[in-house]
Amino acid sequence: MQRELKQTATIPFWRDERVLKILGQIIFALLVLFVGALIYQNMRTGLAKQGISLSYSFLGNISGFDLAETSIPYDRNSAYWQAFLAGLLNTLKVGVVGIIFATILGAILGIARLSTNFIINRLATFYLELFRNLSLLVFLIFWYLGVFLKLPRVKDAILWPGDIILTNRGVGIPWGIPTASFPTFRLILLLGLILAVIVFLAFRAYSQRTGRAPLTLLWSFLAFVLVALVGWFILPVKPLTLDLAFVKGLNLAGGKILTPEFMALTSGLVLYTAAFIGEVVRAGIQSVSKGQVEASRALGLNGFQTLRLIVFPQALRVIIPPLTSQYLNLVKNSSLAIAVGYPDVFYVSNTIQNQTGRAVEMISLVMLTYLLISLLTSVLMNWYNQRIKLVER
Amino acid sequence: MASVEPVLPPMSERSNILRWARKNLFGSWYDAILTILGAWIAYWALSGLLTWVFTVAEWKVIVVNMRLLMIGQYPLEQAWRLWVWLALLVFLSGNSLAIWGRGSRYAIALLLLPVVLAFVFPFGDEPRKWLVILTVTGLAGWGIGRTSPEVLKRSVIAGWVISLPIIILLTRGLSESETGFLPDVRTNLWGGLLLTFLLTVVGIMFSFPIGVLLALGRRSELPIIRWFSVGYIELVRGVPLISILFMMSLMLPLFLPDGWTVDRVIRAMVAITLFSAAYLAENVRGGLQAIPKGQYEAAEALGLSGAQTMIFIILPQALRLIIPILVGQFIAVFKDTSLVAIVGLLDLLGMGKTVLAQPEFLGLQREVYVFISLIFWVLSYGMSYLSQQLEARLGVGIR
Amino acid sequence: MRKMFSAVAILVMASLALAACGTAVPAPSVDTVTVKETVVVEVTSSAPVVVAPTGYGVTLKTVMERGNLVCGVNSQVPGFGYVGADGSFAGIDVDYCRALAAAIFGDATKVEFRPVTAAERFTALQSGEIDILSRNTTWSLVRDTELGGNFVHTTFYDGQGMMVPKDSGIKTLQDLAGGTICVQTGTTTELNLADVMASLGVAYTPAVFEDADSTFAAYSEGRCDAVTTDKSGLVSRRSVLTDPSAHEILDVTMSKEPLGPMVRHGDDQWFDIAQWTVFTMFSGEEFGITSANVDDIRANATAPEVRRMLGVEGDLGLKLGLTNDWAYNIIKLVGNYEEIYNRNLGPDTPTYIPRGYNSLYTDGGLLYSPPFR
Repeated sequence: MQRELKQTATIPFWRDERVLKILGQIIFALLVLFVGALIYQNMRTGLAKQGISLSYSFLGNISGFDLAETSIPYDRNSAYWQAFLAGLLNTLKVGVVGIIFATILGAILGIARLSTNFIINRLATFYLELFRNLSLLVFLIFWYLGVFLKLPRVKDAILWPGDIILTNRGVGIPWGIPTASFPTFRLILLLGLILAVIVFLAFRAYSQRTGRAPLTLLWSFLAFVLVALVGWFILPVKPLTLDLAFVKGLNLAGGKILTPEFMALTSGLVLYTAAFIGEVVRAGIQSVSKGQVEASRALGLNGFQTLRLIVFPQALRVIIPPLTSQYLNLVKNSSLAIAVGYPDVFYVSNTIQNQTGRAVEMISLVMLTYLLISLLTSVLMNWYNQRIKLVER
Repeated sequence: MASVEPVLPPMSERSNILRWARKNLFGSWYDAILTILGAWIAYWALSGLLTWVFTVAEWKVIVVNMRLLMIGQYPLEQAWRLWVWLALLVFLSGNSLAIWGRGSRYAIALLLLPVVLAFVFPFGDEPRKWLVILTVTGLAGWGIGRTSPEVLKRSVIAGWVISLPIIILLTRGLSESETGFLPDVRTNLWGGLLLTFLLTVVGIMFSFPIGVLLALGRRSELPIIRWFSVGYIELVRGVPLISILFMMSLMLPLFLPDGWTVDRVIRAMVAITLFSAAYLAENVRGGLQAIPKGQYEAAEALGLSGAQTMIFIILPQALRLIIPILVGQFIAVFKDTSLVAIVGLLDLLGMGKTVLAQPEFLGLQREVYVFISLIFWVLSYGMSYLSQQLEARLGVGIR
Repeated sequence: MRKMFSAVAILVMASLALAACGTAVPAPSVDTVTVKETVVVEVTSSAPVVVAPTGYGVTLKTVMERGNLVCGVNSQVPGFGYVGADGSFAGIDVDYCRALAAAIFGDATKVEFRPVTAAERFTALQSGEIDILSRNTTWSLVRDTELGGNFVHTTFYDGQGMMVPKDSGIKTLQDLAGGTICVQTGTTTELNLADVMASLGVAYTPAVFEDADSTFAAYSEGRCDAVTTDKSGLVSRRSVLTDPSAHEILDVTMSKEPLGPMVRHGDDQWFDIAQWTVFTMFSGEEFGITSANVDDIRANATAPEVRRMLGVEGDLGLKLGLTNDWAYNIIKLVGNYEEIYNRNLGPDTPTYIPRGYNSLYTDGGLLYSPPFR
């Protein structure tokens, strides 16, 4: 006891590791704070010189510009924050559509890459190597200016089967228009959803009780579709009428018109991201050792069962984390919309900043927005990842 | 996919191709359909592309503006400086290929590439001369490397390390006056592929140490340091690069004391560095996590201090483990540099846009962007291919 | 192998020391801001930072000491500011910068062109990154006040116009109802378009692009029914479309667009120099002094104003803080307004624009220089 005390006394505090650690951290924290304060002070004085004070109240002012496409009502008399919101919705639109299609294409590519068919295998490899080594921005600009704008003009529109019209003013696809009975139909759909959840829970309980593995998701989905179909046919007036796109003068009308900017951005992102997802999927499938497949065949499972019960769940575990970061990349890369003129949140913010000179406010706002989107996606995917994670005993 | 292959009899030589086709192309009815579909797509894409390249496209825009796309407005009478450091890099590459890529059939082909380029494409006399010199220095480096690979290893690594300052120095110049030795070439004259290259190299070089520090910080037991590292990494990884570039170009002037400005090329370099550092940090962290605890314990048992353990035991192993990932990150940085065109820098893409504003070449977007894409593609594919070869040879990443 | 990686690790640690130098940070910690500064210092071998001059006479002094003029220009507008295949800048805005350099240094090449985007141009001027902004910038009240600049006399009078394909049958803005209009973002054009169409009550869809090239590429591919920008831009861009005669500029002017150079608030001497450089170009044309005959005229002129302007008589140049042959240098090395105009926008160029308002007041235009006395 005495010896210990003596020893402590002999080590001066500037050589005591514990003290040093705390001291170092405090110095570091102070330094960060100091630099932060310095930057903030510089910014304040700089802005004051220009007669601007940091404030977001300008977001309530009239924007004075129009946007090319919006999901909410918007015109030049709307406020800046409405323009920002419209941009945000456009970003989410591209993100959601892009993620869905990139996943599908990526899965196909990943499987094709493992195909024993020589041509399919080589085509997939070629595709992956081609897109993984392109600069996305250059590709998007080329894709927009060199491909979508080089589509024929409206009067020479290309007609594809399924009533799809391709022009350089946009791509027209058939779209449903709600009729008077649509609200009722929505209720029926909700009913179907509830039924699907019930089926899902029932099957899961059954599976846990008996140890069998029924096709839970498939049956839930079928339950939903069944209700929807019944609803569709018993309603006296069909809830949706099919509206075909058609050429009207110099423009397209009817149906759903997808602008070339949206198409170029989304499809460009899909083509690019799918290449990376393809690699992720391939690595995931290959990570399942051959012994697993052989063992499952030895147990008498057929090919489909092996895939569904043995390979897929194990591969998914490897796939999900890198897949998440690819999804995040897709959303972040959608900010390159500025190069093709699609009014996403970044582009709209840039316009607002140009017109108001509020650089600090808009850039911080847009960064915060992307952070929130990233965070939200991460949280969702992590939650899913937790669920499918290997339960170690 | 998972079907068990029946045991085939040994192939007879005569029916080799047929058998191969039957096995690999027409294994089953759906295989056959896929094969035909795939072949049709390949034919359609290839024929369309070749027709366009050789009959429709007007490549004059590239030929006339080759210099702009390559080095921007860098003064022509000073261009020899760029060729000199390029020759240095080729020399080092030749050396490295001889030392680490022993017996590689592609080495010579790669070194002969400049000469081939010089005579296949319509270059001027000056570039042709230099391209020939490049091949000569490359082959010289290769030859020297062949003679004593083991001895040269260290000096080659040292050469690579000092090549960055040399590149910057030669490009930037020494003397302020226009008549002095190596006159100053200001950054606003850097452009085209030259600027893209410099942005990439500087971005990689400077983000590497920062990334390593951040990774160590994230695993540090000191809470403030750890929070800072985590905060920085997650913040940067959560936002697009373009927003950081905009912040640097629009907000940095406001952050600095009254009246101070930083060169815009350097602003872009800082943005790219700060951005890629966060990603590198995560890669390095992955490597650090893969080092077994025994290594730390063994180092401690040997009496090494914490810093010594990190520098001499852990980091060398961790970095070696993640070389393939690092190369991938470097390629990503290279491809991402094109974003500086959006903030108005005249890099390869920005120069392409400028070229398209020349009255005689309006409307040739396809040609210009295909050319730029091709350059990006060839260089990034080359990088990843070389690194794969290197990995296979060194057994990096598998052990 | 291990040695090699040790070497790499040591290198890393060396950079660490470098990054942390000057601060008392313990080893495993990062301070990005410090690192930032280190990067800056290392990459530029000389003068990484400059002080933005404010106050009377400071800009000229800084420019003189630096030995060249830094001019913010456009790199994408044919006839106004773009990069030629030989790598040099060309255009009427660019020639103005050369004239200013000639006035200051007696050497039109002592100018560094900094291409700036529409978004960053005012920040660049504010922060002192550029000495003067000559980038087809419209004079407006907000820019004159809140954005901290002063506009020099207008060098090009413009107005926003609308271009449509001839076969579209569109004759007025009302005919564009329901149509799509290509426009460039970050400009007054975008706001004018919204204003004008709203006041006419015409519904339209904008297609907004980030740079001029994309805007016109989209229009020429038929993405839009019409394209709008300054009329000069329309004319110069039309002349290089595949079939210029198939496009028509509507007979409407949607706004006034006086384009001219802009300087920072707070240095009146610099403003005067920039201003009188413009007037020298105007007067040169008015007095018939060209780069070809300026030597002759300087030797033999009898008109007092010409003699004063060319520095034969009096000391006008000294009053601006320049040498007395400043105006002579402008005309000798760059030319008078007519020469500059014809070089970039004249009948012999692909970007021909009739002079219109941009003629001398004696020809019914708006170019009018105060007297040199």
